[in-house]
Amino acid sequence: MAETQSGPDRETLLDIYRRAMLIHRSDERFRALLTQGKLAIVYYPVRGQEVVSAAMMAALNQDDYLVTTYRGVADQLAKGIPSKLLWAEFTGRVTGTCKGKGGPMHITHPETGVMVTTGVVGSGLPIANGLGIASQNRGDGKVTVVCFGDGASNIGAFHEAMNMAQLYKLPVIFLCSNNKFGEHTAFAAHTDSESIVSRAAGYGMRGVQCDGNDAVDMYNTAKAAVDRARAGEGPTLIEAMTFRMLGHLFGADFSYVPKEVAEQGVREDPIPRFRQHLLDLQVSESELDAIVAGIEAEIDEAVAFALESPFPEVDELRIDVVKEEIAA
Amino acid sequence: MNAPAEVTEAPVKVAKINFIQGLHQALDEAMAADENVIALGEDIGDAQGGGIFKVTKGLTEKYGTNRIRSTPISEQAIIGAAVGAAIVGLRPVAEIMLMNFVTVAMDQIVNHAAKLRFMSGGQTHVPLVIRTTTGAGVGFGGQHSDMLEAWFAHVPGLKIVMASNPADAKGLLASAIEDDDPVIMIENIKAYGQMGAAPEPGYRVPLGKAAIAREGSDVTIIAYGPAVNDALAVAERLAGDGVSAEVVDLRTIAPFDEATVFASVGKTRRAVVVHEAVKAYGTGAEIASRITEELWDTLKAPVARVGSTYSPVPFSPPLEKAWIYSQDQIAAAVRGTIDRRARG
Repeated sequence: MAETQSGPDRETLLDIYRRAMLIHRSDERFRALLTQGKLAIVYYPVRGQEVVSAAMMAALNQDDYLVTTYRGVADQLAKGIPSKLLWAEFTGRVTGTCKGKGGPMHITHPETGVMVTTGVVGSGLPIANGLGIASQNRGDGKVTVVCFGDGASNIGAFHEAMNMAQLYKLPVIFLCSNNKFGEHTAFAAHTDSESIVSRAAGYGMRGVQCDGNDAVDMYNTAKAAVDRARAGEGPTLIEAMTFRMLGHLFGADFSYVPKEVAEQGVREDPIPRFRQHLLDLQVSESELDAIVAGIEAEIDEAVAFALESPFPEVDELRIDVVKEEIAA
Repeated sequence: MNAPAEVTEAPVKVAKINFIQGLHQALDEAMAADENVIALGEDIGDAQGGGIFKVTKGLTEKYGTNRIRSTPISEQAIIGAAVGAAIVGLRPVAEIMLMNFVTVAMDQIVNHAAKLRFMSGGQTHVPLVIRTTTGAGVGFGGQHSDMLEAWFAHVPGLKIVMASNPADAKGLLASAIEDDDPVIMIENIKAYGQMGAAPEPGYRVPLGKAAIAREGSDVTIIAYGPAVNDALAVAERLAGDGVSAEVVDLRTIAPFDEATVFASVGKTRRAVVVHEAVKAYGTGAEIASRITEELWDTLKAPVARVGSTYSPVPFSPPLEKAWIYSQDQIAAAVRGTIDRRARG
């Protein structure tokens, strides 16, 4: 693990750990309930990518903006959406963040800055620019982070958005989790550039590649980008190197991932690595266990809340289409 | 039924304006009144000429480059940025230079602008206006001339307006900017120079309300945009033959003003829908169908439709002229509904 002189302090590291373990345990619980047949939803696992989201969101304020994707559960939990509301939305309940009308791929929760979650690969980047324009015009000091994967870097919107953000010097951070696969297609089979971050130069933008499985490197990279954006110094493209340890969606084929790649991914698993780092810093086992126990209780409560909550009434079809209620 | 009192006519002054001036006034007044109103689009800054049709000319000087954002040629980025700005309370007016270029930005319009209010359970909404221009008859050929309103009318969450005169252009744009949902405003290139009465500052045309452009008793012609003027010309011509045609200017295509249309057709018992978009699969089909469903027992004839030819817009001038619906076709459709033997 990289040693840095001005890295996160103990308190910050524990905060990142709490966020990472909330993601890790929530992801496990979603998969367990799906396996048991207690849930029937399309679920995009985030196993292996926990630290990217945890460290990035720890570098933000609650009122900073986030735009994320269908594989956004890690970002949403790390940004602070209460577990109960998120579970309820994932299960289509009226008590969810979006009254059950958005679902897992369309989570919005302005109270924690989660402004858009999109199911269309790459489409969040132009929207993040608009949030950045609002902050720039208002001088409110807010930073916008837009999360996406390596696959998204090849749609036209990526290039249009990167160019516009740099042109206007917007307070936007483009956070690419390079998890080595765009759906079933390996990075080298969808992109001949050596990296995503190398593209930043093409827009005159600052670009930084980091180890997304290393909490210290990820946090330091995120914090520097946030500080620059808040100071009016413009956008940053971050390429966080990580690995998606499971299929594109829950239950999907994973055989397209070569055995040695999957094994390397397991060796670089950020979760045990992070725990060991904290133990090395003289954080006690019991302190870490207590954090996880609290998380388990939070998830237990969230699952019960979600599964006991009612579904929305059919009348909701006529509401929120436009401001005025529409005819039946 | 007459249109609601507040929308019958613009307060007439001596001065006349054209569409470009009406649109400019609406933007200028909205930006002066609300600092959340911004504009984005290609070439719209004064340094770039104030827009290819000069609608935004002079606004950079008044409001600065943060509020008049002249953009790269990047339609997805323009609409995406407008969506993002709108969900946190700005009121962006995004310009897509020509309507065919919305194809590049369809994801942002259809998957995001239209749906974010619903998918967020009402937590966010998108007070966005997309201004776009188009229209056959100016020799731009297949990729700069289409009327694509039916695409957007088919997507729940979007509102679509089109003005038939400069005062309405101003009033509709002002209302669109104040509306809390995404509105697409279609402007016809051929109509930009058309002169009309200059409305007072603050003039509004409410969304979703049609106007009775001409009263009549034998048949209702329903149209929007420049087709309203063609319908009025045809109505005038037919009056000489003893046919009394009522003309409804829809003004808002979606949601369309069923009350005004049904009341008019309920009175005249015959209807013809006219638009420049190709007839097949057009908004005319929807309007005709709804009239039929509501007023079947009243109608004296099937609802007729007049639209343009089901082909790409051609370049060669005689072909282009033949492509667009004609006043003769409107007149023939009207006569067809009148000559139709009444059902027993």
